[in-house]
Amino acid sequence: MTVAPVLLELRNLACERDERFLFAQLNASFYAGQVVQILGPNGSGKTTLLRILAGVSKDFYGNILWQSQPLKDTAWEYANNLLYLGHLPGIKKSLTPLENLRWYAAVQGSVADEDLIKALTQVQLAGYEDTPCYRLSAGQLRRVALARLAFSRAKVWILDEPFTALDKSGVAELESRLIAHTAAGGLVLVTSHQDINIPNLQVLNLLDFPVDIGLLNSREDAAYG
Amino acid sequence: MANSSLASSLFWATFKRDLILAFRHKGDMVNPLVFFLIAITMIPLALGPEKAVLMRIAPGIIWVMALLATLLSLDSLFRSDFDDGSLEQLLIAPYPLTLSVMAKILVHWLATGLPLTLMAPVLGVMLSLPASAFAALCYSLLLGTAAMSLIGAVGAALTVSLRKGGVLISLIVMPLYIPILIFGASAVQTAALGEAYKMQLAVLGAGLAIALLLAPLAAAGALRVSVNG
Repeated sequence: MTVAPVLLELRNLACERDERFLFAQLNASFYAGQVVQILGPNGSGKTTLLRILAGVSKDFYGNILWQSQPLKDTAWEYANNLLYLGHLPGIKKSLTPLENLRWYAAVQGSVADEDLIKALTQVQLAGYEDTPCYRLSAGQLRRVALARLAFSRAKVWILDEPFTALDKSGVAELESRLIAHTAAGGLVLVTSHQDINIPNLQVLNLLDFPVDIGLLNSREDAAYG
Repeated sequence: MANSSLASSLFWATFKRDLILAFRHKGDMVNPLVFFLIAITMIPLALGPEKAVLMRIAPGIIWVMALLATLLSLDSLFRSDFDDGSLEQLLIAPYPLTLSVMAKILVHWLATGLPLTLMAPVLGVMLSLPASAFAALCYSLLLGTAAMSLIGAVGAALTVSLRKGGVLISLIVMPLYIPILIFGASAVQTAALGEAYKMQLAVLGAGLAIALLLAPLAAAGALRVSVNG
């Protein structure tokens, strides 16, 4: 891990929502080859943190560095190296899986249809290429979204609850895909309430970055509420 | 350059995807057109078939109904993208958001503005619009509906994160639609009287040019704010 290049650094990151801090003084460095699981109870800001790191939300204090450069200066390069799979899968229900993937393929230049079909085969959706997504189950929908990983050229994968609705074999396949990505020098930031079965899993617990007592109290409320 | 080919490919990909979606959701697409058709069909039934009366009000009625039909279709412009998360993906793609927004507006116009324009002459016949006004009706609606799609996109972008944005869109967008309505209806009215209507068309064209320049930028900015919150 000592020689791995640092990809993302968070400096003094803080986020305020509804007049209370979700987290503050968050300092962390993420290296190539890591899978980092973001931990924290419901409402502790996991999704918010991922949205900030993905560039969806700009509502934060502090700095984010991409390969040691401020994100402001390298936004374009970062965007080219980022795959964000949010809480909402970003799949159009009235399109077929193949049509959905074609649009994502356009985001990163063009990808041949055969590669997209191969990607669908890898997530066990062979034969569903031309079935409208509203006919698929929740787990299959999640698999369509995860098929993006198969043809992605992005270095950083930010995955918000990717294991939701997946069956056991789906979870195992996703885990091995994440391991393969890190072996190729990628970085994975992931939230999950399930245990992730990956060697050398790094953990970032948002509860380690409190601001003050008032904040802690409100976090407890969030945890039980 | 790799970037420029990437840029054009996402524009067309979004354009193609939205066009497919428009045709898969035929109900949504046909709804404003049916409203336009029904509302205008009602007018002669309610007012009686007196030619002089209908001729007098035809330009205004057709224009007002076209405007309302456009308004009806705006809410869905970004709504489904917001709900299923593809708006976030559009936002963070290594691609100018303004251009992807432009692709979506173009599809919106092709699915509502253009059909409205094509239907208008038929409805003009129903309201016994003089033959001299048909060209003016088509030209003015062609320019006007495009400007309304563009301006409407700003309203839709501002209200996309609100659960009940429908009323607010109308309030935001209506004041900006009024000049288009005035000059559009006036072009048809003037043409019906057999006079030159180039001035009104020129104003509509200028309005469209300004909207083309500013609306996608404003809509992209508004989308960022809406998704952020």
